[in-house]
Amino acid sequence: MSKSAIPQRAVHGRWVRRRSFGVGTLSVVAALVLAACGGSSEEGGTATTSPDSGGSGEPVELTFWSWMTNIKDVVAIWNNANPDIHVTVDRLAEGDDLVTRIITANKAGNLPDLMQAEYQALPVLVSNGIVADLSQDVKPIRDSISEGAWNQVTWNGKTFAVPGDIAPLMMFYREDRFAELGLTVPTTWKEFAETARSVRAADPSSYLTSFSPGDTGWFAGLSQQAGADWWSTEGESWKVNIDSEPTQRVATFWGDLVAEHAVATNATYSAEWNAALNDGTQLAWVSPVWGAGVIAGIAPDTAGLWRAAPMPQWSTGQDVTGYWGGSSAAISAHTKHYKESMKFLTWLFTSTEATKALVDISGLYPAAVSGQEYALQTVTPAILKGQDDFYRLAAHAASVARGFTWSPNVTATYSTLHDAFSAAIEAGTPLVDALPAIESSSQADLEAQGYQVAK
Amino acid sequence: MATATKGGGREPAAPAATAEAGPRRNARRRRGSGAPYVLLAPAVLLLLAFLLLPVGYAGWLSLRANRVTGGGLLGRREEGFVGFENYASALTNRDLWDAMRRMAAYGLVVVPIMFSLALVFALLLDVPRVRLRSTARVIIFLPYAVPGVIASLLWGFIYMPKVSPIDRVFEWLGTTPPDFLGSGSVLFSVANVAIWGGTGFNMLILYTALRSIPLELYDAARIDGCGELRIAWHVKIPMLVPALGLTMIFALIAMIQVYNEPQALSSLTTAISSTWVPMMKIYVDAFVLNNVYAAAATSIMLALLTLAVSLGVLSLVNRKANGGGTR
Repeated sequence: MSKSAIPQRAVHGRWVRRRSFGVGTLSVVAALVLAACGGSSEEGGTATTSPDSGGSGEPVELTFWSWMTNIKDVVAIWNNANPDIHVTVDRLAEGDDLVTRIITANKAGNLPDLMQAEYQALPVLVSNGIVADLSQDVKPIRDSISEGAWNQVTWNGKTFAVPGDIAPLMMFYREDRFAELGLTVPTTWKEFAETARSVRAADPSSYLTSFSPGDTGWFAGLSQQAGADWWSTEGESWKVNIDSEPTQRVATFWGDLVAEHAVATNATYSAEWNAALNDGTQLAWVSPVWGAGVIAGIAPDTAGLWRAAPMPQWSTGQDVTGYWGGSSAAISAHTKHYKESMKFLTWLFTSTEATKALVDISGLYPAAVSGQEYALQTVTPAILKGQDDFYRLAAHAASVARGFTWSPNVTATYSTLHDAFSAAIEAGTPLVDALPAIESSSQADLEAQGYQVAK
Repeated sequence: MATATKGGGREPAAPAATAEAGPRRNARRRRGSGAPYVLLAPAVLLLLAFLLLPVGYAGWLSLRANRVTGGGLLGRREEGFVGFENYASALTNRDLWDAMRRMAAYGLVVVPIMFSLALVFALLLDVPRVRLRSTARVIIFLPYAVPGVIASLLWGFIYMPKVSPIDRVFEWLGTTPPDFLGSGSVLFSVANVAIWGGTGFNMLILYTALRSIPLELYDAARIDGCGELRIAWHVKIPMLVPALGLTMIFALIAMIQVYNEPQALSSLTTAISSTWVPMMKIYVDAFVLNNVYAAAATSIMLALLTLAVSLGVLSLVNRKANGGGTR
């Protein structure tokens, strides 16, 4: 049998066929190297900071990482008018995912020239040396944007970004369902709680609204309205004060409603929440200006049935609201085209032309005053058809909104908050009892990272 | 052998070999040991580039951390060497220990049930005169073909009260439906998704192993008067011990690396926290808190645990297969 011959053949022959071995290995290695090079240059094309353009003929190339809706169309307006500065937009990720991407790109030396960042993400970018100090260059445009918005991008007098859009909290409610159940629009939180109970009594399958433990930014915004300052600065130290009276007030209010089953507890954007918006079993949503767009996307068939109202207040006569979201744009600390980037950024967030486009094309509520004034004349969002004063309400909310300083560990705190509130709801314990642990965890995390914390 | 003459030899097998050996010997020698290395090279390079180097990098990262220096309000973060600090903080982290306990409880539910189901299915399919064998095999294997995340989302919809078909049945019967996503039962709900998806794969491994058992053993058993049940117990299962070991290792590795099912279901219930199992904790550390160093340390620890578990099971299987046998 020839089978037995094969092992013997393999034993013989110790001469390496050098040429074929060498060629074979070389071609394999070459193929791998080419593949690696090809791959990285594909990625590097959009992400690397552009080399210095020496001559006057070559346009300066800028890269901008942003997730604003249809931002490419807004940037196209700039590109058409400014052939010498060309901006390329990349929509790589949104929100916190983009922060992770930016930090990784910083390590690789691949940062873009401009990047969009939510307000609470900026401290992390600043401490990693990713964004440039813009304090000097924003002086001319200081008056174009409200002070409340500038406070969200300034630490110890230094400004690190230009505010783009802001998101003051309001309330959206189903006018038809309110009429059906004989309810009046609440203007204080006490009335809000009573309305919630009335809804449950009148229609056991419906809820006034839902409390979602995952909406940590929303809870922060409610605390801002109540007067809380979760983080503040004392010189170069941080002070953490989450377990303060205003936050306890908010936590007790919502904890009681949850315990009474007066509000639902399904997560925002979940399938159940979407279904409730569509079939009218959720009657209201306390959310910012961009909530109109979200509802339109999830429940387009309810167009015209919703109305916007100011957020309920803690006492009659008070007029204050908080923020939930909003974003800014910053310039990389390692960019080779700082002047051109600043020129583009100033245009994007303060010029009349650009803020108009942001309202019309991107559906944002701009931080720039000129943009807010323009918004007053635009078409009302689809779901609020029939209400003429939406943007007036939005402008007023923007003028009375207050926020607090964001610390470098907002994400960690939000994560702890989410888990603690979820556990409290699961166990049936009061939400307010979870606050001390959240505060001490946030404080310990800041100290572990190496920051000075004032007790 | 090398000196056998052409065209004749004492051993009948030799002439064929040596006849070819004569003129071809030089060519064979030159071709000999080069080819295997060339063929191995792509696999080795890929292993190096995508497994060994990243693991080494993760080990390197696990010894470093980002600390704030330079004072100031926001300071400046710098990456520096911190020794085993990341490992120490991982070992003293309460969330991680809670996650490990939950993973162990999850494993206690999933591994025995999946194991037993796979074994029973494989044995049933191996019975000589079973009908619809191929159809049954496909049906049992089909859940494995559904990608993990999709399966979890699918089951998520089945568990959600508002849209669940199971709840509709209970309502039609007039009784209250069970709460699949409550804190008491969420572990079993998650385990169910894994069992549903993994049983088919393990069944296939065991079935293939059963198919390779020599038929003479069955004949001998039947002559001795064994029925099907006793054949299964005395012949099939002992012969399956290596395959059972393999299945056990797969199931334990799947238990340590559980991620898809709880992560996909976490948005549907408040009973699943963001660090419910160790892999979720690693994800949160790396991509939410941007602390890739702590995540690297936890990953290395988890990898060492997986290695220890696999080696443990392998040595157990080897001892059973060799020690308890005919030797």
